[in-house]
Amino acid sequence: MSQPEGKGGGGGGLRVKFVPDEEVLKHIADDPGIKVRKDKTQPTVSVKTFVKKLENISDDEAQEILEENKYVAALGICAQDSMGNGSSVSGGEVYSFQTPKRSSKMAELASELAQTPGQSVAPDHAECPEKTAKTPQSSSNYVFLMHVFSSLLQSKKKEFVSTTPYRLRKRLAAPDPYLESESEYSASCSEEEDEEDQKEVSTVLSGRKTPAKTMTASTPPPRNTLAKKNKENKMSNLVEEYFEAHSSSKVLTSDRTLQKLRKRRLDQQTLHDLLKKAPLAYATEIKELNQQHESLFSKWMLQLHLGFNIVLYGLGSKRNLLEKFRTSVLQDSVHVVVNGYFPSITVRSILNSITEEVLDHIGTFRSPLDQLEFIIKRFKEDSSLELYVLIHNLDSQMLRGERSQQILAQLSSLPSIYLIASIDHINAPLMWDQAKLSLYNWLWYETTTFSPYVEETSYENSLLVQQSGSLALSSLTHVLRSLTLNARGIFRLLAQYQLENKDNTSYPGLSFQDFYQQCREAFLVNSDLTLRAQLTEFRDHKLIRTKRGADGVEYLLIPVDDSTLTDFLEKEDEDV
Amino acid sequence: QQIQEDLNKQLFDNLVSFLRRSHSEFQEKTTEWTCQMKSREIPTAALVLGVNVTDHDLTFRSLSEVLQNNITPYIALLEAKDCPGIKNLMQKLMGQLMNCYIDVDSLEDEDYVQVSQNRIRCSMSSLINWYESVTKKTDCETPRKKRTSSSRHWQSPPVVVIFKDMESFTTKVLQDFIVISSQHIREFPLVLIFGIATSPMIIHSLLPHSVSSLLCIELFQSLSSKEHLSTIIDKLLLTARFPFKLGEKVLQVLINIFLYHDFSVQNFIKGFQLCIVEHFYSQPLSILCCQLVDAKKRVNSLSHNQCENIRRLPSFRRYVESQASDKQIALLTADSYLKEIIQKLLEDLHVYHENYVSVLRCLHVFTSSLPKYPLGKQIRELHCACLENQVWETEEYESSLQLARMLNKSDLVTMLQQCVEIFVSSSGKEFDKTVEKLKEFLTQFQKLEDAFQERDVSVSSQKELQKKTDLYHLQKTLLELKESRRSKKLTKFEMLRFEVVGYIDSLVRNYLVPADRKTLHEIVYFNTASVLREHLSAAPRIALHTALNNPYWYLKNQALKSDGGSISNKAPDICIVYKLHLECGRLINLVDWLEAFSTVVMAVERPNADAASSDQVDDVIHARFIRAVSELELLGFIKPSKQKTDHVARLTWGGC
Repeated sequence: MSQPEGKGGGGGGLRVKFVPDEEVLKHIADDPGIKVRKDKTQPTVSVKTFVKKLENISDDEAQEILEENKYVAALGICAQDSMGNGSSVSGGEVYSFQTPKRSSKMAELASELAQTPGQSVAPDHAECPEKTAKTPQSSSNYVFLMHVFSSLLQSKKKEFVSTTPYRLRKRLAAPDPYLESESEYSASCSEEEDEEDQKEVSTVLSGRKTPAKTMTASTPPPRNTLAKKNKENKMSNLVEEYFEAHSSSKVLTSDRTLQKLRKRRLDQQTLHDLLKKAPLAYATEIKELNQQHESLFSKWMLQLHLGFNIVLYGLGSKRNLLEKFRTSVLQDSVHVVVNGYFPSITVRSILNSITEEVLDHIGTFRSPLDQLEFIIKRFKEDSSLELYVLIHNLDSQMLRGERSQQILAQLSSLPSIYLIASIDHINAPLMWDQAKLSLYNWLWYETTTFSPYVEETSYENSLLVQQSGSLALSSLTHVLRSLTLNARGIFRLLAQYQLENKDNTSYPGLSFQDFYQQCREAFLVNSDLTLRAQLTEFRDHKLIRTKRGADGVEYLLIPVDDSTLTDFLEKEDEDV
Repeated sequence: QQIQEDLNKQLFDNLVSFLRRSHSEFQEKTTEWTCQMKSREIPTAALVLGVNVTDHDLTFRSLSEVLQNNITPYIALLEAKDCPGIKNLMQKLMGQLMNCYIDVDSLEDEDYVQVSQNRIRCSMSSLINWYESVTKKTDCETPRKKRTSSSRHWQSPPVVVIFKDMESFTTKVLQDFIVISSQHIREFPLVLIFGIATSPMIIHSLLPHSVSSLLCIELFQSLSSKEHLSTIIDKLLLTARFPFKLGEKVLQVLINIFLYHDFSVQNFIKGFQLCIVEHFYSQPLSILCCQLVDAKKRVNSLSHNQCENIRRLPSFRRYVESQASDKQIALLTADSYLKEIIQKLLEDLHVYHENYVSVLRCLHVFTSSLPKYPLGKQIRELHCACLENQVWETEEYESSLQLARMLNKSDLVTMLQQCVEIFVSSSGKEFDKTVEKLKEFLTQFQKLEDAFQERDVSVSSQKELQKKTDLYHLQKTLLELKESRRSKKLTKFEMLRFEVVGYIDSLVRNYLVPADRKTLHEIVYFNTASVLREHLSAAPRIALHTALNNPYWYLKNQALKSDGGSISNKAPDICIVYKLHLECGRLINLVDWLEAFSTVVMAVERPNADAASSDQVDDVIHARFIRAVSELELLGFIKPSKQKTDHVARLTWGGC
């Protein structure tokens, strides 16, 4: 098992990343010494069939097959995998973070094993010093080794007590399709079988093979296989693996939900408070980093004035850095700060703030393009005008679009507009094509700060964890309070109906006709039209959503989760 | 700083003038051929410009400028992004035409009103009306200002519409425009120019036959951007005029970006500018990087500190060490003596550059025509090779010399002549001798040729004699001939050839010493390629990856230090969360994730607390987890998923 797995790990070694073409070329040029490795799919298939066979045939037959040494090792882990089902290990242990002793031990093994592939990677490292510390190759190695090792550990330390149920353990160890397709195979195959079958297999195997033996058998093979990595093969494997991973609609994850955690959800405010309490780790180092970046301020100014624009990238919030830049250098000059992370920011608002506040122009424009033209004209006419534009998160949802980027790029290409922006998203550079890049005339600066994205993430309420509902609830009550009594009644009716149907997962919503009937019965409306007018008002406030069903009937829904709705109704009842 | 701005200006001037030159041919053709336009066919020029889209802007600007000066005042530049529909296109077109008309002839205010009226209902007919009125006006104006306008423009100047980026126009718009305008071609002499980035086939794939038959297309091929690049390198780097030089690695990086990324000359220039900025910013001694005369003056005004800086230069140290001991002391202590020496050294450096360039060109003449191009086809490759190390020690140089020794005479003579030209045109004073020597070679060749001809005559006469002899004799003479050839030493020609190659070799050894062997090269050479690479072709994703996987790289805390790519459990939250998420498949269960995270974090904070209590997650840890996860979301690693409750989807796959 571990041999094909090693190949799988090697195959996964190639990661999608941005590498300059010449480096890729160099890498390919460096590699010819490495032998072409045999087709990978074959062992995959054989393992698969083997696992299946294994479950059907008797012990004797299994014995025969086991003569192949390669498969012995494979079975070793396969067995442990299924054995692990019985005695599960908690997530932290699988990732081997928990005890320093263990991680060091693993690091030892990792470094020892990583030596072989390391040689082929070495020229690359020398070429690009900034990446020496971390190349995907080495990291994948490490991850792969971690897997081998952790599964070995499981077999050795079966007495480990843990809280995570069997399925979780399974998920953690097995379905890591990117890294070890083989182990996924075995896992997913066995997944389909009865658990009893698996146990049978595992007892058969573990009876014969002691964990210690599998360990010796499983560790050496990766060395040669990893060394035999070949770029092209890796590439094709990568593609295969990608589609393997995405073809199966079945995703193996545990079914646990946050609600079962008996954990109250945190809202934005408490989250904030809690985080304030938590001390920021490595404050001194972060400060040092920031000081390093701050020393570049004068350089930035020079380069901005020479017609370049500056873009900052790297992990950590760059907001404070830019703020500091603003306060320390731009104090006496005209500048506009754009908070790109703000969810309702638009290009138009940026342009407006420029025309209205910088150029003192009153009046509206037909389109942003006209506005842009006006700005360009003004700046060209008056060469004394200078403007610094600071954009936090140029890659935010709202500014990401083609048109807004085009406008910003044109704006930044003006010689008297100095743009300094920050990007965070990993795919942010994909926003720009050649033409835009040349308009922007970027100079890239890496400013990794490690400071938390406090402001930037505070507007992202989409995340499941912190969906507190308090915001929705308060807005609901606020809006409804401004409405007439009848309107509130209408909304209540809809809410109640929705709550009655909350267990029905395929609940499409309340159809308009039914709703009209109900409202009439409750003496809330007197005609079809009044109800429609009312609903339009709801829709404008985003209180309800309408959608057409398959039969063309209009269905009404309140896009708020049930608990919030219940809270709302309770509150309403109190009020009344 | 001023020098550097001057340099920038010169740079752009160079580029523009170059582009203009490359396009002058187009206009000539265009003018010729607009005369022969047929009815119903719109004369169209398809300009194939290559993929370096970013340079096109400049090209078009200079093109329209030239056109405006020579042919017609009516030029409209249209870009695809301004013209999503035919209406916008017409609007834009009219606006540009009318504005430009106003610019050229400075009309009165009335007409401006008229213009604004026209803008409301933009149609072809109004455009024609406008055109007629304009041409009429110029007609009646011409008697008055005959000298100015009629000499420059024709009686009815064509209207030139340039489509900057033809590929990105919607086909519908283009088709409509062509069909409409073809119907009015009699009243409205229109000339279209398409800017094409890919291949001329695109016209036919974009436009159906019925439309493209309305066009009378002529194809123009602009020079490839590689050629632009070589001219720029020629003009900027391979002259002694600009004091600023690029180091080998930097040049390599710039050329690589050019060749492998975008083929954009503009970007190359940008990189060059950046180099200049960086150099002047980071190197305190760069004040000496200016024309020689200024530099000498500036040397005299150097402060003590700056002298110390010079003493600290590694190349200067080498120089000091090679001097006698009393001189060493003088150099290291007396500022005035130091300044004297510096002036001398700077002069040396200048002379070196002058010689370097001419010898380099000379060597290029020799190597560029060799089979397989062991030293590269372009002079920039040769330049890089020479900058990198002593070129005569490389294998490529050996093999190219070998090949040069096998050149035939006519090639050799033409090469020598070229070399003589190069040396004569160069300003270096030391080349008088070289020129003489080369000329001597040439005369020798000439003599040889004469001698050859004579011998040829004799040989042919011999042959005639041989014809009459019998087979046996023939065989005998052939054998003799063979033997004599074998035994015969090199012919005179071969001797001479050897001599020439040897001489070139000696030139190379004398003058093409790599720059970093020269004293004080730090002043004029910019060599930190890493800075350049960082700022021009940055890899934000790698930076993120490094930060997440190996925080120690940034945060120099011993607790974070770990080897072999593993990550310590004391790493920042986001790193831990990221590491954990790497282990998962397409979907990630938040609960499991949270639990794993808390296990890791708890292990750090309370190593001896038992695992069972981790069931209930601490609020603070929960909050930290939320923060880390939302940060990952912001970075684009995950997104919320609706496939399963409380799950997020991974957006990356693999290690990063």
